[in-house]
Amino acid sequence: MMTNYGNRLTQGQFSFLPDLTDEQIKAQVQYALDHGWALGVEYTDDPHPRNTYWEMYGMPMFDLADAAGVLMEINNCRKTFPNHYVRVTAFDSTRGVESLRMSFIVNRPDDEPGFKLERQELAGRRIAYTTRSYAAQKPEGERYS
Amino acid sequence: MTDTTDTTVDLQREFAETGIGEVLDELDRELVGLKPVKTRIREIAALLLVDRVRQRLGLATQPPTLHMSFTGNPGTGKTTVALRMANLLHRLGHIRKGHLVSVTRDDLVGQYIGHTAPKTREVLKKAMGGVLFIDEAYYLYRPENERDYGQEAIEILLQVMENQRDDLVVILAGYADRMDTFFKANPGFHSRIAHHVDFPDYADEELLDIADVLLGAQNYRFSDEARKAFSDYLVARRRQPHFANARSVRNALDRARLRQANRLFESGMPLDADRLMTLEAPDILASRVFAAAEGSPA
Repeated sequence: MMTNYGNRLTQGQFSFLPDLTDEQIKAQVQYALDHGWALGVEYTDDPHPRNTYWEMYGMPMFDLADAAGVLMEINNCRKTFPNHYVRVTAFDSTRGVESLRMSFIVNRPDDEPGFKLERQELAGRRIAYTTRSYAAQKPEGERYS
Repeated sequence: MTDTTDTTVDLQREFAETGIGEVLDELDRELVGLKPVKTRIREIAALLLVDRVRQRLGLATQPPTLHMSFTGNPGTGKTTVALRMANLLHRLGHIRKGHLVSVTRDDLVGQYIGHTAPKTREVLKKAMGGVLFIDEAYYLYRPENERDYGQEAIEILLQVMENQRDDLVVILAGYADRMDTFFKANPGFHSRIAHHVDFPDYADEELLDIADVLLGAQNYRFSDEARKAFSDYLVARRRQPHFANARSVRNALDRARLRQANRLFESGMPLDADRLMTLEAPDILASRVFAAAEGSPA
């Protein structure tokens, strides 16, 4: 049974929806800016769910007023890494929160081969599970090309 | 498009709704003189208003290019008007946020290779949805140094000014002659800026009005003789080098306040509010501008 047709990566917000349009991204970013959160653009080509820290594309953006500036940076990142995953994060620096409030994918490779589930049989009928991205078998930078 | 003929709009009502009337009146009240500048701002306001109405009726409109260049001598109010401009354009709905980001060469141009582009982009991102005000813009271009990074900043600026016209408005400001050289060297800039507004020098009476406004804002006032003395001061000051219009007035008033404070202090008499507020003629006449004017043969 194919539960995730097209093997789309589902991480962060909105990942079960069709890809956001630029207008929709702008609206989400504006929501974050209105709350005073700092926006960051990050990319990676290792989509494993435990790969928490992606590469940052430029500095996080503080003190912005309008989403157009963030969209400019997103588009730059898409142009530089057309076949990588790109996500937008919104960091809330309020004392006691100090973590991400939002995170959503804004760019994904054309072809996502998905993950392999490995079952390792252990003593006493126990089984250890490992997920492995098919794309990550290749060296960094050559995946998804 | 079909029902455009029988729909009518009330421009006056639209005008009242946006509240630009207030902004324009405020501009008239608080800024002395500057006739050509005010006329141009009114024209822009009218155009944007008409565009709004046209859009409502489904007529094709293209957002107008509103990048501006303010040229004029020092102290003619370029920065002050730019601040108002951001508010005005926001009220008219041309820009989404209405904040003003004021920068100079230092904020745009980096110090080593690869430093300029991120710096300029950073500033542009902050200005999105508002007005980017580049003071003394001619410093961006340094013809004497061909490896100057200013050129790189100019290229990025031009690109964003062209492609993201509805996201931000760029206002360049600088002294007239130097801006001319700047535009000559960067024809791309000249053609991308729709509004070249020239700020004229103030007449002596206008400067006196400005002095009254400035003093009023700080709860001071001239005595009659002091007012007379100050108008003489302006005539004498204008003949001397480095005359900077309203800025010279402000500096002169600051020094007069200094002398007033000293005079009151040395008088040793009990003071009432009236005496604390009033600048007297000696406070003005002690200026060395008068001494210099007498010493010179003219």
